[in-house]
Amino acid sequence: MYKYDTYDQQMVDTRVAEFRDQARRRLDGSLSEDQFKPLRLMNGLYLQLHAYMLRVAIPYGTLDSRQMHALADIADKYDRGYGHFTTRQNIQYNWIKLEDAADILADLAKVEMHAIQTSGNCIRNISSDHFAGAAADEVADPRPYAELLRQWSSFHPEFSYLPRKFKIAVIASKKDRAAMRLHDIGIRIVKRDGALGAAFYVGGGMGRTPMIAPCIREFVPLDQLVTYAEACLRVYNRHGRRDNKYKARIKILVHELGAEEYTRQVEEEFALLLEQGVEPPLAELERIKTYFEEPLFADAAADALDRSDPDFALWADRNTVPHKTAGYVSAVVSLKPPGGIPGDATAEQMRLMGDLAKDYSCDELRVMHTQNIVLPHVRTADLHTLWTALDAAGLGSPNLDTVEDIIACPGLDYCSLANARSIPVAQKIATRFADSGKTAQLGELKLKISGCINACGHHHAGHIGILGVDKKGVENYQLSLGGSEAEDVSLAKITGPGFDEDGVVDAVDTVTQVYERERRDGERFIDTYRRIGMTPFKEALYG
Amino acid sequence: MVDILRYRDDEAVGHAAVTVDSFLDQSNAAAVRVEPGDDARALLPHLERIALVEVNFPAFGDGRGYSSARILREAGYDGELRAVGDVLVDQLAYMRRCGYDSFEPDAPLDAGDVEAALARWPDVYQVAADQRAPIWALRHGDGHAA
Repeated sequence: MYKYDTYDQQMVDTRVAEFRDQARRRLDGSLSEDQFKPLRLMNGLYLQLHAYMLRVAIPYGTLDSRQMHALADIADKYDRGYGHFTTRQNIQYNWIKLEDAADILADLAKVEMHAIQTSGNCIRNISSDHFAGAAADEVADPRPYAELLRQWSSFHPEFSYLPRKFKIAVIASKKDRAAMRLHDIGIRIVKRDGALGAAFYVGGGMGRTPMIAPCIREFVPLDQLVTYAEACLRVYNRHGRRDNKYKARIKILVHELGAEEYTRQVEEEFALLLEQGVEPPLAELERIKTYFEEPLFADAAADALDRSDPDFALWADRNTVPHKTAGYVSAVVSLKPPGGIPGDATAEQMRLMGDLAKDYSCDELRVMHTQNIVLPHVRTADLHTLWTALDAAGLGSPNLDTVEDIIACPGLDYCSLANARSIPVAQKIATRFADSGKTAQLGELKLKISGCINACGHHHAGHIGILGVDKKGVENYQLSLGGSEAEDVSLAKITGPGFDEDGVVDAVDTVTQVYERERRDGERFIDTYRRIGMTPFKEALYG
Repeated sequence: MVDILRYRDDEAVGHAAVTVDSFLDQSNAAAVRVEPGDDARALLPHLERIALVEVNFPAFGDGRGYSSARILREAGYDGELRAVGDVLVDQLAYMRRCGYDSFEPDAPLDAGDVEAALARWPDVYQVAADQRAPIWALRHGDGHAA
């Protein structure tokens, strides 16, 4: 894992001091709320329906047990004893007081964490593959590149007042576990003729106008990575629309200019920037890489899984994935107990996950963008002990990538932008399928719920997507099918008229019945949908 | 009261700045005012006759002026570069990094706050127009441009 040196620490400490001063000026009235707003947002502090919400950055979703314990302590000391893991691999606290915010940032800085640029019209926390460093299919660990870009984008003087927020994801395998092409910039580290480089995909995004990012450059040499990103951002900062916040994301610029013209402008800017010496030397990338060296794995190839406990076997089959090293797996801790709030964890659960990571996963945890936690390096022989501890704490749901493993935004229960509640819908759907026992038979089925058109719940990218809207003062839910955020990326299509809260739960059930009837051997829901199209589903829903 | 913060030793230009369009049409102006939608690169062929570029920030959240400034400095402009308009103390440090060396804020700034804001950051992570050595250069014992 990356460790701060004195420079990194000093930057974060300085930010805490700066924010403390800004909060003081807001509290004494010398800053107006309008002036304070962009400053607090760049420190992750939102004003929500009931209280301030603080979003803490977890760069590329990686943290250690000491940091997980610190997050738990913050939940206890400043919030109501829990936190919410987000689709940007971050954590947010929903019940924060402005007077405490600077103290929380100071507590975070003690464990090399911060809330820098987790909001605002700037470059946000950089996300990555949650199996980085453990996945068998990666050409390299993507996280050093994400860390290089984290430092470049932190306090960037030119790109802190962009037209709109800006999200970057970095992956390094053909499989896409980070929704890379639904980002403002998606970077895939690739190997060409034995050399690593970066493919740049620019102009993807969800929100009210979902778009899949086109590839604008197939190979940027690693010693030009930062320069190329800088060129992409400069073209956006100069020409992105500022007249309408709903058309201000880079996807609109790339769409309106056309990918070819946007690329031409980037390449022109890139040629000029190459002369400016903005690129860190490769030695800096090498320095960062030393922090991501593989842990010392035991010779565990001969380990066998004891499947005698059926509940454990079910969990092991569903919630663990192969590791690049024989005898190890990556284990997924589900934060989706049926009936629970997707992504929430109590302080006690956080501490337990931290302790288990220390004992069984080389002291590493990852936050998934699907709002679960990964213990990336677990020896097969330790799995039963691990599961026993998780299960006792309500963290043993065997439902990874199933219909119970729902992404849901906070919705109208918390969010000031929402039109409808997301959490109760997620709870009802998960409970319905858990009670009927159908979850396992349905296999991989990605269901995503957003409480408004801004699409924080990724509904466009759900095999089944649900969008909550306000219809004449009543919550109404639109159903869509066929989305994917993985390497087979696609955008979901709306089935037809919307449903009320209970109606949409029934509609999801109906849709899964069509799938069960029509599926061929080995087909996932999304495969069946792509083969048979929308019509049979529409007939079942509205016919 | 017009409060101009200036971080240069030379004499300030005595006449008002003209728009980019007017500037390109006439040859005798030495001061030009860039609006957020203007292309700063249009000035590049004429840099040697410019002594002052004002860049207007009608609203502090419109960040195009940060790119305008860096583009001018990257092209070698060494005259005065002034941020005018909705210029607030919390943006000054980034503006300095992008090459601004004078400020004409709509509302006067507290001198102590300005000093604190500009002295705040001991180091920087990236190259910009202010020639400060980024942290990566310090780490690898390279003084860079500093």
